[in-house]
Amino acid sequence: MDKLLFGDNQFFGVNHMSEDKARAQVIRFQHTHAIMDVLDTAYDTGIHTFMCTTHDRLAEVVARVIADPVRYADFKFFPCMPYAHKYANAVTELGMIGALRHFLPSGGLLAAAIAGSKALASKDVEGIGQLLIDAEMKMFSGVSTPVIFVQNVVTDLILGMGIKDGFRIFDDHIRKNYAAEPAYITMNLPMLLEALEQQGIRKPIICSNINKIGFRMSGGFDAYLAALKSGRVRAIAMSVFASGAIPADEAIHWVSELPGIEAIVFGASSRANIQNTRELVDKYMGAQA
Amino acid sequence: MNDKLNVAVVGMGKMGLSHFAIVNAHPAVTAIACESTGFLADGLEKYVSSKVCRSYADLLAYDDLDAVVIATPSRSHAAMVRQALDRRLNVFCEKPFCLDWRDSEALSAQAAEHGLVGQVGYHYRFVASFREMKRILDSGALGRVTQVLAEAYGPVVLAPKRGTWRTDKAEGGGSLFDYAAHPVNLLNWFFGVPDAVSGSVLTPVFSDATDDQVCATLQWQDGLVAQLAVNWSDESFRKMSTKISIIGTNGRIVADRQECQLYLRQASPALPDYEKGWTVRYTTDLTQDQWFYLRGEEYSAQIDGFVKAIHSNSRGPVENDFSSAAQTDRTLAMIVDNASSGVVVRDATAPPVRPRRNWLRRLFRLKQASY
Repeated sequence: MDKLLFGDNQFFGVNHMSEDKARAQVIRFQHTHAIMDVLDTAYDTGIHTFMCTTHDRLAEVVARVIADPVRYADFKFFPCMPYAHKYANAVTELGMIGALRHFLPSGGLLAAAIAGSKALASKDVEGIGQLLIDAEMKMFSGVSTPVIFVQNVVTDLILGMGIKDGFRIFDDHIRKNYAAEPAYITMNLPMLLEALEQQGIRKPIICSNINKIGFRMSGGFDAYLAALKSGRVRAIAMSVFASGAIPADEAIHWVSELPGIEAIVFGASSRANIQNTRELVDKYMGAQA
Repeated sequence: MNDKLNVAVVGMGKMGLSHFAIVNAHPAVTAIACESTGFLADGLEKYVSSKVCRSYADLLAYDDLDAVVIATPSRSHAAMVRQALDRRLNVFCEKPFCLDWRDSEALSAQAAEHGLVGQVGYHYRFVASFREMKRILDSGALGRVTQVLAEAYGPVVLAPKRGTWRTDKAEGGGSLFDYAAHPVNLLNWFFGVPDAVSGSVLTPVFSDATDDQVCATLQWQDGLVAQLAVNWSDESFRKMSTKISIIGTNGRIVADRQECQLYLRQASPALPDYEKGWTVRYTTDLTQDQWFYLRGEEYSAQIDGFVKAIHSNSRGPVENDFSSAAQTDRTLAMIVDNASSGVVVRDATAPPVRPRRNWLRRLFRLKQASY
């Protein structure tokens, strides 16, 4: 895995500080060429991995990468599924069962189960999960996706509800059918690590907030540090700058000295910020991976 | 552990699943799931380790139950909450509380009489930027507040489609109960129930049976005017966005989920941490981390508040208690009355007790020409 990964929050108006800034970003990245320009800048700085949501709009980015295999020879996607607002809005509009009907193939077993004429067996529920994963992955066919994530809202819903085998189903399906490494984004790293181990998943790749001031590290700063030191997790640090609360040099220096960190994921829109982050990671975490 | 509370989450829709995950992750709680749709209950039984109950009646028969979290469609809230209180259970109810504000007040009185914790899920009161807004208002630093704009926008109903209970007015659906209830609840928190509602227009945009946008003017007798502008058919927002802007004689304050911006004409000794001119505070700085995070700290914080209130056995004030949610139900009723009659509504149909009013205010009110 590269040591520095490029994230996509800035392209979709996800900004933890300000709704005005978020809207300005949405306006700026309205057209795919604006996204592509920033990705090109990052790529030319040696950042070859784009960790991105399975948002419909990114299909255009995938198409451009496929269209120029020479330019993008080393371009890797780390998809993060699902784009949750699509499902949340559908549930508000159509209800829980209406939403399931909307996103899954009509007829057959599921329809029978919803109508109450047939009970779902565990295998069938697994099948529903696999269908949803495949639907999210469709847009990435033809590009390299060596690591595939579950988004934090789904990871943490499964975690909180205590869904048995929930992570196992994802893990098995990704390894078997995509020859990729399954990974998890969470806001609750210590609790998730326990749950994954209980499902027999060892040394998982987990992406979570890891920053010097403990911003959104639910479960407690000390528990995060203990998990990292234990050697049981391959961590990817996000929100390293805590939404700008920590100066970049100090933030990356601090993270670089932690054990168990394989990579940092960050989002930026300007060449200067991308360049600066690249240089800091090289300085503190070793030369370009 | 014997001292864990047994808390059942009733109704596994969108909010129910989210509440269940948070309740189940709470270290001081053992969670139970209650869902009557066979297909969903089957799935839960197979996949969660918690106890699953298929009917509310069966659930209420459990011996060791301490509390219920009601996350069923709004129309069912009043009856279900009443049954739970009759059974001497503490209750957390999803918003809006009851479709008839008289039910809300009766249930509020019942919970108080039995010494039970009753709380409603207006999570914006647990968002740090709105808490900061409340602190600033309570300090008096803004001077006399004269004008408010309360807005909520989001992308829920974007095309004419077959609806659910959320798009059925009789079920408590529509943008008034679903969306507008949040900014109205914040206005109630800051200023109480309005003394007059006028200019209410509830408009369908794509829906057949209910409103997709809400406009209304809320007035208080001290001259404060608030305008409510809500629309859930607005795709330009990624998710629901609520924003309150308040102008007072000493400045302006604007808050949304992310930040609280204050402009002060003069610095105030009541608010020493804010200077003259603009000061911006971000939710990221103001927020306390919770033990578990799903969709936002506020969802965990409100459940934690509920659990702590039960555990501590204190009967002190609970944020979002039933009586505060009843204020919101009354305000929504005034908006509905005004929208249907076109006549300025000065009270919901029967006047309940209003602790803030005294004879001086009454006199003042009589003297005011009209709203």
